[in-house]
Amino acid sequence: MDILNAIVAILNYVIVPATTYGAQLALGALGVTLIYGILRFSNFAQGDTMAFGTAITIMVTWGLQSLGIGFGPLPTALLALPFGIAITCALLLGTDRVVYRYYRTVRAAPVILVMVSVGVMFLMNGITRILIGVDEIKFADGARFLISASEFKSWTGLTEPLAIRSTQAITVIVAGLLVWALFWFLAKTRTGKSMRAYADNEDLALLSGINPDRVVTVTWIIAGALATTAGVLYGLDKSFKAFSYFQLVLPIFAAAVVGGLGNPLGAIAGGFIVAYSEVAVTYAWKKVAGYLFPSWDTDSLLQLLSTDYKFAVSFTILIIVLLFKPTGLFKGKAY
Amino acid sequence: MSTRQPDAAKGGKFRAPLLFAVMAALIVMEGLTTGWDSALVILNMGIISAIMALGLNMQWGYAGLFNSGVVGFTALGGLAPVLISMPPTGGAMSQGGWQILGALLIAVLALVVATKLNHRLHGAARAAGVVAALVIGFVLFRAVFDPAVARVQAINPASQGYLGGLGLPVLLAWPVGAVLAAAAAWAIGKTSLGLRSDYLAIATLGIGEIIVAVLKNEEWLDRGVLNVTGIPRPWPVPYEVDLQADPGFVARMQGWGIDPVTGSTLTVKLIYMGLFGIVLALLLWGAQLALKSPWGRMMRAIRDNETAAAAMGKNVTRRHLQIFMLGAAVMGLAGAMMITLDGQMTPASYNPLRYTFLILVMVVVGGSGNNWGSVLGAVLVWFLWIKAEAWGPEIMNLAISHMSEGPLRQHLFDAAPQMRVIVMGLLLLLVLRFSPRGLLPEK
Repeated sequence: MDILNAIVAILNYVIVPATTYGAQLALGALGVTLIYGILRFSNFAQGDTMAFGTAITIMVTWGLQSLGIGFGPLPTALLALPFGIAITCALLLGTDRVVYRYYRTVRAAPVILVMVSVGVMFLMNGITRILIGVDEIKFADGARFLISASEFKSWTGLTEPLAIRSTQAITVIVAGLLVWALFWFLAKTRTGKSMRAYADNEDLALLSGINPDRVVTVTWIIAGALATTAGVLYGLDKSFKAFSYFQLVLPIFAAAVVGGLGNPLGAIAGGFIVAYSEVAVTYAWKKVAGYLFPSWDTDSLLQLLSTDYKFAVSFTILIIVLLFKPTGLFKGKAY
Repeated sequence: MSTRQPDAAKGGKFRAPLLFAVMAALIVMEGLTTGWDSALVILNMGIISAIMALGLNMQWGYAGLFNSGVVGFTALGGLAPVLISMPPTGGAMSQGGWQILGALLIAVLALVVATKLNHRLHGAARAAGVVAALVIGFVLFRAVFDPAVARVQAINPASQGYLGGLGLPVLLAWPVGAVLAAAAAWAIGKTSLGLRSDYLAIATLGIGEIIVAVLKNEEWLDRGVLNVTGIPRPWPVPYEVDLQADPGFVARMQGWGIDPVTGSTLTVKLIYMGLFGIVLALLLWGAQLALKSPWGRMMRAIRDNETAAAAMGKNVTRRHLQIFMLGAAVMGLAGAMMITLDGQMTPASYNPLRYTFLILVMVVVGGSGNNWGSVLGAVLVWFLWIKAEAWGPEIMNLAISHMSEGPLRQHLFDAAPQMRVIVMGLLLLLVLRFSPRGLLPEK
């Protein structure tokens, strides 16, 4: 029984939250890695793109709610998500047209583009602040739990609860569908193939008649969809706050670098590696240890790092990868 | 860095003096319209920002290194005044201070052993050895560290609960702040320089977040979010109350027709301004000398063509590490000066938008690679940043004056101060696009 309790505790406090968080990070990192692979720069505005998309989605959600439109047991935000994606994509295509395109034509160094993306970050950050303010916003509605703690306890008779919030299930399902669609698109469609060709070798792709404008447009649209979805899922699961979205840039970059910048599969793996390490390192293991080793009495919480240092985990992973395997686990581009 | 792009700005002989005159005129106008106190507040912080911008200009302007963790180096420099000038907490060292230092020594030893093992061993033994050294080191560290921290934080927690400082003059803290920041820069540069340029940007973003997180959470070190207040003033700066109690000072102020209270605050700010101005002048002088020296030429050569410079036998990574540490040291110095000016350490106030990316805007607007440009850009952008907070609502008020009362109007009005973030973004993008060499282009 104690072993079962320990397993349930690990599931409840580590596996379920980390899987959810990992799926959110993976979507964010996919956006970073695609932009890196095709447009060849690290997009510092990714966090604020997520924040902008989420802010729009929240506003549409409020609009729908005031009209009395709901989505049954599912959060209304999922209905609003397509609107959020559309507007975010429009904004991204607009910034590409007005800002980034010039630097592509003059073939500016990647570090200049990073700098430019900082300018875009400021803009988006400001727009988000003006649209929705700087406060914390919770916008999840619909059913709260897929499995609630008390139900689980009465079914199984265990002392440890296992709760799965509906937002956690939605995150994993939506992220899974989106990733499946993305990989299908990249592998099977003509546009997807031309995107991969462009990422591999720009000159060769141009020679074989691939239209670069089309590739870039599609990349921004995909990036906008990924960023908005990642942001909305994160906001549903936790809450929306512009500044915490800005801070998400660090774990997202860590995930993309760990997997190998420019490698989509790597971005997903990286997202889960970062999320699992972050949750495992900041979880207090005392309860689990109590089930497994009842005779072991300790005052310590058995928590490796306080949750205030969760970013230190992404950072440490990043440094380890840079030291030992700068191309990332899945062979990205390091130099 | 942007020298390879088509240049728009052609500088005449009078360009720089003219722009500096504009800057001075703006400060004077602020003094005449809003008040001299406010003008001096802006100017003092502007000088500190100028020093931060000088540091970043060394990294970005001289060497093309993108540092997105200025906030961390500044914050680390700000720790120095706490460690150097605050009075030591009675009994803190004997209660747990030495033990904390011992724990930190254990952590460093574990890292050193892991590094040595990493060089000596091979294959599976290497991985096992490194991991074992780190795990054992971490467990030992926590076992020694945690109880000591608890004891230190239990000492008079309402006002102390931390180790305190050495009780030395605060001016000593300025170079110490520079050294602290340079040490952090060494660690981060060692790992991420020599790889592609974006990696340094990502790694510095991380170290910035982490340094701020440490300062917010390690109460034994700097009381965390409880803040350290009452940091002593540096040597020539008097306290306002002492000035007001000094009959000679009061008489002189009344002779000039100035209210002694206003006079005392202005005097204090003017002395700070002089102090900061001296530091800025020395730094500028040194930076200009360095830039014109063979070393400066080498740096620019490396920036403009790394491959060619490497082929000429220059060790690019080493030179990058050197200039990265140098720039970080200047940022640390500025951080220490800022905390000295504020008289308090408030870790929660370190916001990357303000302390990293705004400094970046200052350097780019002023002219990457030009030290005078950084100074000009810093004061101008800082002025704009402060004033835009006030101008935002006024402009918004004009824009929405025809709208009827309602939630939308109220919302727009409340959001108006945030306009300045957009202004900064636009400024950065416009300068990068149309005048990539900035106000004062590099020669």
